[in-house]
Amino acid sequence: MSATAAILRNSVTRISAVILVFTLGASAWLAYRLDVSRPEVPSQEVLYLQTPRAVKIISLGYTGLAACIYWTRAVQYFGEKNVAKSKRFDLLQPLLDLTVSLDPHMVPAYEFGAIFLAQAPPYGAGMPDAAVKFVERGIHDNPTDWRLYYHLGFIQYIERHDYKAAADAFTRASDVAGHPAWMNAMPALMSQRAGDIETARVLWTRMYENAENEAMRKNAYLRLVALHVDDDVIHLEALTATYQQRTGNYPVGWREMIAAGLLKGVPVDPSGEPYRLAANGKVVVEDPARFPFITKGIPSGQKAAQTVTDESEKLLKNH
Amino acid sequence: MSAIEISNLAKTYQVGFFRKTEKAALKNLTLEVHEGEIFGYLGPNGAGKTTTLKLLMGLMFPTAGTASILGRPISDPQVKRSIGFLPEQPYFYDYLTARELLEYYASLSDVPAKERSSRAQRMLDRVGLGGAANTQLRKFSKGMLQRAGIAQAIIHDPKIVFLDEPMSGLDPIGRREVRDLIQELNDEGKTVFFSTHILSDAETLCDRVAVLNRGELQGVGVVADLLAETVGKREVIWEGASTALDALGTKVKIVGDIARTVIDDRQADAAIDAIRHAGGRLKSLMPVQGALEDYFLKHTEPGAGAEVKSE
Amino acid sequence: MTTSRIGHIAYNTFREAVRDRVLYNLIFFALLLLASTPLFGKISIGLERIVLVNLGLTAVTIFGMLISIFIGIGLVSKEIDKKTLYTVLSRPVRRWEFILGKYFGLGLTLLVNTFFMAVGFLAALLYIAHGFQRSDVQLLGALYFIMLQFMVIIAITLLFSSFSSPMLSALFAFGYFVIGNFAEELRGAANLLDGVSRAIVLGISYLVPNFTAMNVISQVAHSEGITGALLLQNSLYAIFYSAAALSAAILIFENRDLK
Ligand SMILES: Nc1ncnc2c1ncn2[C@@H]1O[C@H](COP(=O)(O)OP(=O)(O)O)[C@@H](O)[C@H]1O
Ligand SMILES: [Mg+2]
Repeated sequence: MSATAAILRNSVTRISAVILVFTLGASAWLAYRLDVSRPEVPSQEVLYLQTPRAVKIISLGYTGLAACIYWTRAVQYFGEKNVAKSKRFDLLQPLLDLTVSLDPHMVPAYEFGAIFLAQAPPYGAGMPDAAVKFVERGIHDNPTDWRLYYHLGFIQYIERHDYKAAADAFTRASDVAGHPAWMNAMPALMSQRAGDIETARVLWTRMYENAENEAMRKNAYLRLVALHVDDDVIHLEALTATYQQRTGNYPVGWREMIAAGLLKGVPVDPSGEPYRLAANGKVVVEDPARFPFITKGIPSGQKAAQTVTDESEKLLKNH
Repeated sequence: MSAIEISNLAKTYQVGFFRKTEKAALKNLTLEVHEGEIFGYLGPNGAGKTTTLKLLMGLMFPTAGTASILGRPISDPQVKRSIGFLPEQPYFYDYLTARELLEYYASLSDVPAKERSSRAQRMLDRVGLGGAANTQLRKFSKGMLQRAGIAQAIIHDPKIVFLDEPMSGLDPIGRREVRDLIQELNDEGKTVFFSTHILSDAETLCDRVAVLNRGELQGVGVVADLLAETVGKREVIWEGASTALDALGTKVKIVGDIARTVIDDRQADAAIDAIRHAGGRLKSLMPVQGALEDYFLKHTEPGAGAEVKSE
Repeated sequence: MTTSRIGHIAYNTFREAVRDRVLYNLIFFALLLLASTPLFGKISIGLERIVLVNLGLTAVTIFGMLISIFIGIGLVSKEIDKKTLYTVLSRPVRRWEFILGKYFGLGLTLLVNTFFMAVGFLAALLYIAHGFQRSDVQLLGALYFIMLQFMVIIAITLLFSSFSSPMLSALFAFGYFVIGNFAEELRGAANLLDGVSRAIVLGISYLVPNFTAMNVISQVAHSEGITGALLLQNSLYAIFYSAAALSAAILIFENRDLK
């Protein structure tokens, strides 16, 4: 007691003790506020060797090796960001640029970039235009690889909704020797059935079958699952509308629909969970967290998964 | 009103980091200094003089006791307006010139801005540094630093000036100048409190002195009184007849024609007679300059050590 | 009177710093580095600006931090060692005035230094970009945040130097700067723990200076905006945190025996 009394010997020390307690509390509170309010920022993310020339010098001419290192870094970077549920992928493009500048023939890097640069966050950097440029660069350096044309068409179709450009790209792909037979049908598919789910499904299926990179395969798989859900929801909602036309009311349970002969059994989503009937004949999934990329069947007030969640991981494991 | 009033002031230092021992540097000091005095605070090295001054300046806090200056307790910030302080072996901001230094200190003592530079110049002239006003202090000699230190202690025209060993490290001329300066300040009506371990510095100057040893006050009073009590011996110097005082049995030093010895006060008359009888010529008969050490030898009880082990 | 004394101590502190060779050495190296950033930029196609902004502002931060620490650690202890403090405190100067004077003096020093480093940095930017864009205003925001960091670091350095030796103060202050830059990561780590250890780590993470939020270098490198809210919160944060460190320094210093 006497020790504290001695420390607070005069008005100055007493006042400064009060200020200390107050300001320390206030700054801790502000630090907390700042944490909450600030978007996640890549504070220390700086790529110091940004230029291929610098890397070339430092790698003593072993550019192939350096390209591999940067390629690994790019994939790791994407993986880490994905796990961290990040919304920003600032270094993805510089890393990929460096990789292909060091080794212009590293086609997997172009493919990877095509998908993950283009897709909107949190599934990618959300830079479809940059992705197009990047793939064009790959085509310039590797004009005989049909896969790059295919990716170009893919971005144009899925991300930029530019069906004519997509058709062009697929046409160019089918001019390259060694392309698979199914490629021949793609340009026609673009012009006839632009914008429908079926076309997207074909594209993602091909992607899934041809992807050599694990991240790309997973991504394609989740896309296909999401398309499946979207498709289911469209069909089921059409059936509830039919039911309403017949009876004047929306169904309140699947049993009524089955009784009416509209369904054979309770419909389930790809995770095995039954779909739910919401008000006014709307059909929703039980847990949207399982299905990143879905655009339909999201219960009102909820969001689709912001990234690959544990739930969707399970889906991948089962698969 | 007294200039300084100290009552039961004590300071114990904690020494050592792991095994703390306590060192009582100042014990139960009670002392009064009158306004207008030149007061000498005497004691050998380690007596506790600097400790006392630091306590009075509020640089350290006493373990016990109180002190007041001009009627105000030393913790009152107001006190600082009327005092000036020269620390022991002063050292100053060596990147400043002497003029900048004094102007800075003047501003810290709330001297009005328009007076600062003229006062700085006057103080520098007064301590004999007028020519070095624009020299950086890093180029100053020890003596020059001491003078600059005195100048900063008086720039704001304080009522009491505290000087910690103001003459130490100076050559004889420097000491003389400092002595004159102290006298001048006193003539202007300032109270001067200065510490020293050299008695002769105090003797000619002080109205009163206090003697401190091992943190304890040994005595307060007029210098001569203290000395009389201590010494009571005289030095005799004469020419020719070098064996004149052999009868007194003291040791005689002879250089050429001149003989010298130290005798008791009581033997003075007998010695003069003896020299005259023997045909010698008396050159000088002076009281022996009191060595402070003698005084302390007398005033220090054996074993009165200041070290106390804490539990 | 109080303010004028604080002002004079601040000015003298500033004067000491600008007459110190250490300062010029550090500024010289900072400017040298800034002058060489265009070289890094030149060899990176399309990324010159990003590289330059990142490197330049990081250099300004690090050199300013070094200046703060190297000059800050000696501020109080040197005055005690050389006894200059005795002649200051035997005047009507209160101890807390002395601390505040030192703080503002060093702050002024850093402000002037940062100004020169910023001019060097902007000159390098002008050299490679041949002009400024509208979004370059964000750079001023980043520089302002850097200055805020210095004000916090100075307060912390002053706190340490009010009770420990220069070497220890330097270590402490530098450690604080590093931890402050990882404050957010520390909170992330705390969330992985539980129970008492979580509470402790979380508590520490909120008590160390939160420099993460003041580091917007990579954002402005990508020409992203700094929100008004961030500006306000960071400013308040710097004020509160500095005030906390300073009042702790005063609390210690007011009680200290100047042996
Ligand atoms: N900072 C300190 N820590 C521990 N002991 C000290 C300290 N300063 C002085 N002392 C001790 O206190 C005693 C008095 O010292 P001081 O006041 O400096 O004497 P003086 O000024 O008379 O020479 C001495 O024994 C000295 O060793
Ligand atoms: Mg002394």
